[in-house]
Amino acid sequence: MKTKNTKSYLFDDPAKVRLLVRSLVVVCVLLFGLDLLLHRHVEHPWEALPGFYSLYGFVACVVLVLLAKELRKLVMRKADYYQQRTDSILDPDPDPDPDIAESPANPAGPVDTQGADDD
Amino acid sequence: MMIELTPALPLLLGGLLVAVCRGRLRALVMLLAPLLGGLLLGSLEPGSEQTMQLLGFELVPVRVDRLSLLFGYLFHLAAFIGVIYALHVKDPLQDVAALIYAGSAVGAVFAGDLITLFVFWELLAISSSFLIFARGGQLALSSGLRYLFMQVGSGVLLLAGVIIFARAPGSSGYSFDYIGLDAPGGWLIFLAFGIKSAFPLLHTWLTDAYPEATPSGTVFLSAFTTKVAIYALARGFAGTELLIYIGAIMACFPIFYAVIENDLRRVLAYSLINQLGFMVVGIGVGTELAVNGAVAHAFNDVLFKGLLMMSMGAVLQVTGEIRGSELGGLYKKMPKTAMLCMVGAASISAFPLFSGFVSKSMVVAAVLDEGYQLVWLALLFAAAGVFHHAGIKIPFFAFFHHDSRYVASAHEPPTNMLLAMALAALLCIGIGCFPQLLYGLLPYPMQYSPYDMSHVLAQTQLLAFSALAFTWLKLSGIYPDEMKSVNLDADWFYRGFLYERWNALVVVVHKRSQLLWQGLCQLFSLVLRKLKSNNYVQAVSVSFYTTGTMILWLLSMLALTLILYYL
Repeated sequence: MKTKNTKSYLFDDPAKVRLLVRSLVVVCVLLFGLDLLLHRHVEHPWEALPGFYSLYGFVACVVLVLLAKELRKLVMRKADYYQQRTDSILDPDPDPDPDIAESPANPAGPVDTQGADDD
Repeated sequence: MMIELTPALPLLLGGLLVAVCRGRLRALVMLLAPLLGGLLLGSLEPGSEQTMQLLGFELVPVRVDRLSLLFGYLFHLAAFIGVIYALHVKDPLQDVAALIYAGSAVGAVFAGDLITLFVFWELLAISSSFLIFARGGQLALSSGLRYLFMQVGSGVLLLAGVIIFARAPGSSGYSFDYIGLDAPGGWLIFLAFGIKSAFPLLHTWLTDAYPEATPSGTVFLSAFTTKVAIYALARGFAGTELLIYIGAIMACFPIFYAVIENDLRRVLAYSLINQLGFMVVGIGVGTELAVNGAVAHAFNDVLFKGLLMMSMGAVLQVTGEIRGSELGGLYKKMPKTAMLCMVGAASISAFPLFSGFVSKSMVVAAVLDEGYQLVWLALLFAAAGVFHHAGIKIPFFAFFHHDSRYVASAHEPPTNMLLAMALAALLCIGIGCFPQLLYGLLPYPMQYSPYDMSHVLAQTQLLAFSALAFTWLKLSGIYPDEMKSVNLDADWFYRGFLYERWNALVVVVHKRSQLLWQGLCQLFSLVLRKLKSNNYVQAVSVSFYTTGTMILWLLSMLALTLILYYL
């Protein structure tokens, strides 16, 4: 399957990637066409609609990705989000001086909002 | 003979023995323990049980039926594959933890009474946590502690529920059969099982800790804990309608997280919950076909999820990296691992001729049979989504995508790892092509053939168009890039919110007590200064402070205590 010549690998050639994508499209068109030719045995009325599974699969994945992108805005934080919080609090201000005690807690605040708006 | 005590004995003894073995002997013990245990299972008769008296309790440490036997075989198989995968690891702690962990899983599924179940339930929790601690470092330590807390919490709920359940008038005592939510203590036991099956909001221990374990540790972890819980639900709560909706949520919500998660082993952890969702739905539906489907899917999931975890473990082992944003192009140097990974990906996505297809379709068919239309649509969505994130995303970002800086130095993992993956891949394809092999082991007899034209065509269409959607989204740049980030999940409640509140409280108390202490010190020095300003008092106080006087005072106090004691 893999062309293991000195440095050239299967997908280094953009033409092969294009071929792969095109064959996927062809397979999809064929599968969609089979729905019209073959009679699927169905248990639910929606299943009988031509291309039901094809469309459902496609739409489901697009909706999944679009919603996941929205989810990112809500839940994504910097990679060290939890560590930073731990560090800021585990630094147990041995000095009662309020200036020093407050300062490590500060980075946590702005980082949250930054992370949320990052996307 | 020894199997009469518990079929877990070979694994448990092996776990103890391996602690003192090194070199070839260690490898021998590790391999023999699951092999021997698996062979001994053959001598167990379905329908038989062993009883014993302990502290006035009638215990049934071994109860053999088709359900427990299936899980027994599965766990020995998983332990065997995991042991091969971990042969190159020279860490006695992990060896011991892995075998005892596997042994507790076997013990739990053969437990005929709730007390034995509880003992193995807790042993599962403790032994497995060492597979996380063994990774080393602060991340693994704190993640492992959070994991252990939730697991032991599940055990405490179980114990409380069991006591209420068994003490209730008219109860069947401690025997572990159908429980149901209406039984006294039923909800507590349900929650205990729910924590270990990663119900929504109770799932965070899984996605938090599994990706922090060692490469081989995660392989063991993904096999046992959740499947013991699925077994327990199947025995105790089959046909509980609530499970259908819980399962549908479990099948759907993790896939959103899986799409945006960067740590590829965490993606697999989310997809593990997604697969558990299918099993939970099957148990909730409760018909023979549905329970068979749930159990068969548990069997297959151990194999294909294990295979995927092994392939990602191999990537982590070789490159030291597991973040999708940093990986890519590894197919050039790890073609065998990539191929094996894709077999796992095809199996979890339920491609025809791969194992996931023959079990997932049973659950989906059973759901439709019973008329749960919305749940059916949710499961279809989850089935398309799992292909998207586990089937395509995992192999794509690890092995293809753009070339990463690891391509130059990467190489295939050690032979034993490849061998373990090959064995799992073979089983995935074997079960996919010859499903009757698995169907023959299922708890209920059934007439079901997954390979009819309608099924195959429908599933192939669903998957092909999911792939098309991925390709289109990727090429058009809509697909979200992998980013170095952490995604807040329900565990933010205790890792973020509660943690901050607690620490704020500690800081306040700390400051208050400091103020109080300072006040006391000032008061004391003030008094002392007053006293010192008076010469007479100073003379007294100097004589007061001599060592001799202190000893005298101490002695008199001791004497007083002595006298008071005898009075």
